[in-house]
Amino acid sequence: MVPGRAVTLSRIQKTFPGGVQAIAGLDLHVAPGEFVALLGPSGCGKSTLLRLVAGLDQPEGGQVLIDGQPARLQSGQRQGLAFVFQDAHLLPWRDVLANVALPLELMGVAAGPRRKAAGLAVEQVGLSDAMHRYPAQLSGGMRMRVSLARAMVTNPQLLLLDEPFAALDEITRQGLDEQLRGLWLERRMTILFVTHAIAEAAFLAQRALVLTRRPARVVLDHTIDLPLQRSGSLRGTPQFAAQTAQLYEALQRGDRDGTA
Amino acid sequence: MATSRPSWLRLGLPPVAVFLASMAIAQGIVELKLVPAWLLPPPTRVLAALWNQWSVLGPALWFTTRASLAGFALSVLVGVGAAVLMVSSRWVQRAFYPYAVFFQTVPIIAIAPLLVIWFGWGMQTIIIAAFIVSIFPVLANALTGLLSTDPALKDLFRLYGASRWATLFKLRLPAALPSIMTGLRIAGGLAVIGAIVAEMVVGQSGLGAALAEARQRQNTDVVFAGVLLAAFLGLGFFALVNLLAHLVLHRWHASEQ
Ligand SMILES: Nc1ncnc2c1ncn2[C@@H]1O[C@H](COP(=O)(O)OP(=O)(O)OP(=O)(O)O)[C@@H](O)[C@H]1O
Ligand SMILES: [Mg+2]
Repeated sequence: MVPGRAVTLSRIQKTFPGGVQAIAGLDLHVAPGEFVALLGPSGCGKSTLLRLVAGLDQPEGGQVLIDGQPARLQSGQRQGLAFVFQDAHLLPWRDVLANVALPLELMGVAAGPRRKAAGLAVEQVGLSDAMHRYPAQLSGGMRMRVSLARAMVTNPQLLLLDEPFAALDEITRQGLDEQLRGLWLERRMTILFVTHAIAEAAFLAQRALVLTRRPARVVLDHTIDLPLQRSGSLRGTPQFAAQTAQLYEALQRGDRDGTA
Repeated sequence: MATSRPSWLRLGLPPVAVFLASMAIAQGIVELKLVPAWLLPPPTRVLAALWNQWSVLGPALWFTTRASLAGFALSVLVGVGAAVLMVSSRWVQRAFYPYAVFFQTVPIIAIAPLLVIWFGWGMQTIIIAAFIVSIFPVLANALTGLLSTDPALKDLFRLYGASRWATLFKLRLPAALPSIMTGLRIAGGLAVIGAIVAEMVVGQSGLGAALAEARQRQNTDVVFAGVLLAAFLGLGFFALVNLLAHLVLHRWHASEQ
């Protein structure tokens, strides 16, 4: 089992050139092994937040701490970190296996173990049959699974996902959600999952954070009150509806507060 | 790919048909004496000139082929290399790009005599001319390709601590290949034109020199024979670059499928 990482944000400030204040004084603590969903209106600063946690951008003020250490790409922390983008962003000239092996290749892992780990990761997302196909020969859902396998291949302790399945149809998305939930139950890495979809957040996460309009503040920090083992049928239950109702209400409140 | 043979036929037949038809029309026009033969030599006479003058035209074609190939290869090497240098630093790009544009507009006829003074009467001068005329599209397209690397993928490479070299060879260059191939398609034809124009000015060897001489003697049939060969050479270059593009890109570039 891979232990997850702790993420602490304190008084984060991020202003873009041109004076767009995306984040103004945000505090957040995520415990090791937590699965946290981030919900918020479009343009409120969710992607910005995730990039700060990844160390891809630096805040003007405040601190991003990962296991108590400042988030920096240069330090060894990136070994345990993976990022999944909204679209698959695969290398079109590489087949599925070589795409999934890319992170290990860049980290300098030898060809033998690299291929083995990549093969396992591809299997895990159910794409063994497509191992040697090229991205152009895959469906959107398959490409996203490759992207997920590429993130999982390094056994990350902190997994950041930015609306990863937003472009997919409902059924495919639910399938991927279940797959991701399964991976988390098995490995218990820390996950920050940005989404627009309330039902997705409720189904996936242990805890949901609802953000206001830009600059983002936390309007609701809610522990999802659902069993650990979740299957597709859960989505039809009253308990599930109660969870989504609370998130929906908070999302509306955050949207109003932002305009005021 | 069970349909590949019929599709070759389908691809090849229309242009060949157009060629034969226009030849027949040209022949007809001259046979009917609508235009005097010294102005528009009938295709039969052009073919005869090609046959009779082959001892001159054959080696000339071979010379031009080698010179334009060498100039083209030089363009690809220098153009892609310069583009890589330019994207490695904003400063280098700003400092040198205006001079690259110079290559696009340089009147090769005007500077060919200078090239002779600098590089002599031999093949080097022709190669340099082909290079000068064809480098800009390679450079400009390679630069466009290298500058439009997917930012998310750049982030991904950063996240896993990729070196500059790894990012260049595993991401930026392969991602720029479709653009680079577009540049090569344009450059191939230009290299042939550059070589022939320089040969006409230098007047020593190659198709250009043969053309210039035939024109001076008013051997229109030989002029047309030379033009025909130049056209086929350009076509050959085009086919070569397309083959190269197909080999490099067939797996992933949508326009190659
Ligand atoms: N590089 C940038 N330069 C300037 N402004 C930016 C930049 N990146 C983001 N912004 C601005 O910062 C704000 C927050 O952007 P961000 O991408 O974090 O929003 P988001 O919550 O992820 O939105 P969405 O749900 O639509 O993806 C937006 O108003 C956006 O216009
Ligand atoms: Mg976003």
